[in-house]
Amino acid sequence: MIIAERKPLEEIRTMIAGYEKILVVGCGTCVTICWAGGEKEVGILSSQLRLASSREGKELSILEGVVERQCEKEMVIEELRDKVQDVEAILSMACGIGVQTVADLFEEKPVFPALNTTFMGMPEGEGVWTEKCGACGDCLLYWTGGICPVVRCAKGLLNGPCGGTRKGGKCEIDPEKDCAWVLIYRRLEKQGRLDLMRRYYQPKNYRAVKRPGRIEAVTA
Amino acid sequence: MARPFREILKAKDFIITAEAGPVKGINTQKMIEHIELLKDKVDGLNVTDNQSAVMRYPSLGACLLIKEQGGEPILQVTCRDRNRLAIQADLLFAYSRGIKNVLCLTGDSVDVGDHKEAKPVFDLDSVQLIHLVHTLNSGRDMVGNELDGGVDYCIGASATPSADPIEPQLIKFAKKLDAGVDFIQTQAVYDLDEFKRFMEHARKIDEQVKILAGIVLLVSARMAAWMNENVPGIFVPQHLIDEMAQAAKGKGVAKGIEIAGRLISQIKEEKVCDGVHIMAIGREERVPEILQAAGICKFKELGR
Repeated sequence: MIIAERKPLEEIRTMIAGYEKILVVGCGTCVTICWAGGEKEVGILSSQLRLASSREGKELSILEGVVERQCEKEMVIEELRDKVQDVEAILSMACGIGVQTVADLFEEKPVFPALNTTFMGMPEGEGVWTEKCGACGDCLLYWTGGICPVVRCAKGLLNGPCGGTRKGGKCEIDPEKDCAWVLIYRRLEKQGRLDLMRRYYQPKNYRAVKRPGRIEAVTA
Repeated sequence: MARPFREILKAKDFIITAEAGPVKGINTQKMIEHIELLKDKVDGLNVTDNQSAVMRYPSLGACLLIKEQGGEPILQVTCRDRNRLAIQADLLFAYSRGIKNVLCLTGDSVDVGDHKEAKPVFDLDSVQLIHLVHTLNSGRDMVGNELDGGVDYCIGASATPSADPIEPQLIKFAKKLDAGVDFIQTQAVYDLDEFKRFMEHARKIDEQVKILAGIVLLVSARMAAWMNENVPGIFVPQHLIDEMAQAAKGKGVAKGIEIAGRLISQIKEEKVCDGVHIMAIGREERVPEILQAAGICKFKELGR
């Protein structure tokens, strides 16, 4: 899933300064699960914006909405078609994909991002999410014991750990984070497949995905 | 004229290299003095490549200064700041100007340096970089195009003998040796027993490769503790921190020189490895005293 964090209130207020009628729209999928842009967060942000404006004696009327999947055009149109008529600007609480979907569909209105999209990952525990995939287009997980060195090693190294690994197998840049290559070593050792770690891996093909990415399914 | 490092590796029993850290700026005078002081006392002079991810005068530029002064430069190349095109181009340029030794490194993370918001490159890793230099040595670039005038680098790599756990490091180390290197300059060595265990592993993989133990000069107990926290790959044992702490006021560096000299002479006498690589970070002018403390350089040879 896609993980995001809300931008600071002041940054959001700077973006929407000058608009008196806005729509705050959340997304019911990934950003709901990572507590960044679901129905609850739409309510909280809207209240904070109203409160901050009224303290300064400014007018701000806010419509609230949530699209089940803000990256799907049909769902966005169905949920927002009427609501956007009454506002001057839209504040999207989706990931960057949702923001752009809304912006493409309602080109006459400015659309602002209320979140910073941070990574693709998973919930690790209560209120903790960790990065797992970099969408490199050339999956290597089969020889690294199901642990991705491309994003879980801070340097994305393919042939083993750097020399900066901290005592106890922690990452050079963060003693809280595990060295991905120590994790890979332990996993492969457990599976009796350490020979995989001794193999040489060629420099990565950064053309595996031609950016910007586009895939067209071939239908039968 | 300095002897080519490749010949030194073949000929000498105990090889000594030292590190020259470039200046942040263009006042190269101090660096030139260090080069002048050290070039005939050591077999090769490494120049760091934006060491600790701190932006400085380039390794390539400082290696040219060493060359101009008749020293034998060892160009340190990290994968942090340049992609495969830039690295190859730099290697062609360096060789064309007489720089014939390269130390292939991953590079410290930008997070430990002074430009923390920079984009880390790491297009290649250190093992791939070694393979790349071999490819250039064969007269082709890494996609197979023929070079109009090739290179013939003497190739080095690093190792971290005190890593914990050591096993993943040893596998990476083995891959560097598989790729083919002429010499290894290790991260700082302080614990000789630990280093001897590392050497046992290393010799099982490759009996030929020349291994130089990294010697980092300690200047105070505080600096030692600070390095443990902040310098990737350096682990100073507590007993040495205590020894540094006992040094009289103003005698920290002298104590550090004594410790470094002791380590070097032990390594030499016990033939633990093939030589040492001295990193006197910011105190290059003290390297001759370290050599003297190690019994390698007589006082009159120091010229001071």
